[in-house]
Amino acid sequence: MPEQIKAHITGVVFQIAAKTGDRVGAGDPVIVLESMKMEIPVEAPRAGVVREISVQEGQTVQEGDTIAVLE
Amino acid sequence: MFRAVLVANRGEIARRVVRACRRLGVATVGVFSEADRDAPHVRDADRAVLLGPAPARESYLDVERILDAARRTGADAVHPGYGFLSESWRFAEACARAGLTFVGPPVEAIRAMGDKSHARRLMAGAGVPTVPGSAGAVSAAEAETAAAAVGFPLILKAAAGGGGIGMARVDRPTDLAAAFAGAARRAQAAFGDGALYLERYLERPRHVEVQVFGDGRGTVVHAHERECSIQRRHQKLIEESPAPGLDPAIKRGLTEAAVAGARAIGYANAGTLEFLVDAAGRFYFIEMNTRIQVEHPVTEEVTGLDLVVEQLRVAAGEPLRWRQDEIVQRGAAVECRVYAEDPDRNFLPSPGTLSRLTLPGGEAIRVESGVETGAVVSVHYDSLLFKLVTRGDDRDQALSRMRAALDATAVEGVRTTLPFLRRALAHPDVRRGALHTQMVEHGAFR
Repeated sequence: MPEQIKAHITGVVFQIAAKTGDRVGAGDPVIVLESMKMEIPVEAPRAGVVREISVQEGQTVQEGDTIAVLE
Repeated sequence: MFRAVLVANRGEIARRVVRACRRLGVATVGVFSEADRDAPHVRDADRAVLLGPAPARESYLDVERILDAARRTGADAVHPGYGFLSESWRFAEACARAGLTFVGPPVEAIRAMGDKSHARRLMAGAGVPTVPGSAGAVSAAEAETAAAAVGFPLILKAAAGGGGIGMARVDRPTDLAAAFAGAARRAQAAFGDGALYLERYLERPRHVEVQVFGDGRGTVVHAHERECSIQRRHQKLIEESPAPGLDPAIKRGLTEAAVAGARAIGYANAGTLEFLVDAAGRFYFIEMNTRIQVEHPVTEEVTGLDLVVEQLRVAAGEPLRWRQDEIVQRGAAVECRVYAEDPDRNFLPSPGTLSRLTLPGGEAIRVESGVETGAVVSVHYDSLLFKLVTRGDDRDQALSRMRAALDATAVEGVRTTLPFLRRALAHPDVRRGALHTQMVEHGAFR
């Protein structure tokens, strides 16, 4: 079942840590958000394969926005 | 004195510097990003210049745009506040080349203290105790030998770093290699320099720092100590002066070491030497901040001095007007930092719009705020909204006034550290002054 990974804070995409097709483990960073001088990883909630990265570096995302899809 | 001072900052500290300039009858030039057009610090200044877009590197960190703003407005001095360019020796040097006075220490002092491992060596040379550690930055291979000499647990720190970034605690020799690689990568990403040094990790130390002030003519004094042990991610949340229950002999040792250290590097203007104090009362220099600090008001409240006014006077070439024996702590003062962070989610940032802001007032309460109702709290900047400072005849009174001040404060629209601060101020260990830097991470205030 595909699962959307959502941003848990509002911030700017600082780094995309995983790419489409990557196999990630639970807790692995998928992207890193920068917000208020802090770098905060958005982690994979479970193991799986990244089907889609929905954001680009430099993009502002709101809390709750989908940042990637995990399969 | 200066014609006009450009205040190269935003938020509460920019407003604080404008106030100090006004006391001296000096004109002020504010700067702002597109995100800060309506910010109070822009209105406070006599005139203000737009620097550029919201991201700090295109506005508050853009040296050329700031120097250009100074040229166009006829400012002859720049006050950097804290954060942003305040500890950039390159910025201080660029100001000098542009014919502007940088309100701060000499370029060489900023540079020497900016490299944290170099700073430790310099201070050790001046007789200031430092935490046992490597003699400087080490390679991954050298770290093995250095770690064996220092002992475990130890902490890896970025040589170019600050603010807790690139730090990693290592409990066992087998964890060293992986921790080193991770910390070096984070330091490289954050500071463009992956150099690391290592230090003994102290269990439950207090963070006590000493405010120093030099005039560049050989005079260095201290304005006593501040206790800043309540921290998260190595960043302070509550500070006070005096440090509660600090043994007078330890206090004397700290202040003498701080003055000796500042003298050894030819220090001028305001600076702070930070120390860790262990349970046995041994103290160790950790770093020097070559700027005015966020928590400077607690020192002002107990000494009656105006540190920012004096920064401007000394930068303008006036001799320091304070004699050491005239700088006396009277009563006690405490500061609470209200950040747009969620204390119940490990202090995650909480940007947004302040739909409501109620600030306290009254006797012995000082509010330093950079925001007002309706303000947009941006993802681009530090999360500090405002500081509350209370004074009392003694610590109990200062704390009790702070509890009342916190209860009279309300913020809606973003999550803040207010609930955390209320819990901390009610905590028995805080009430009796039994503090250490690991209280927050140990969950004392949940």
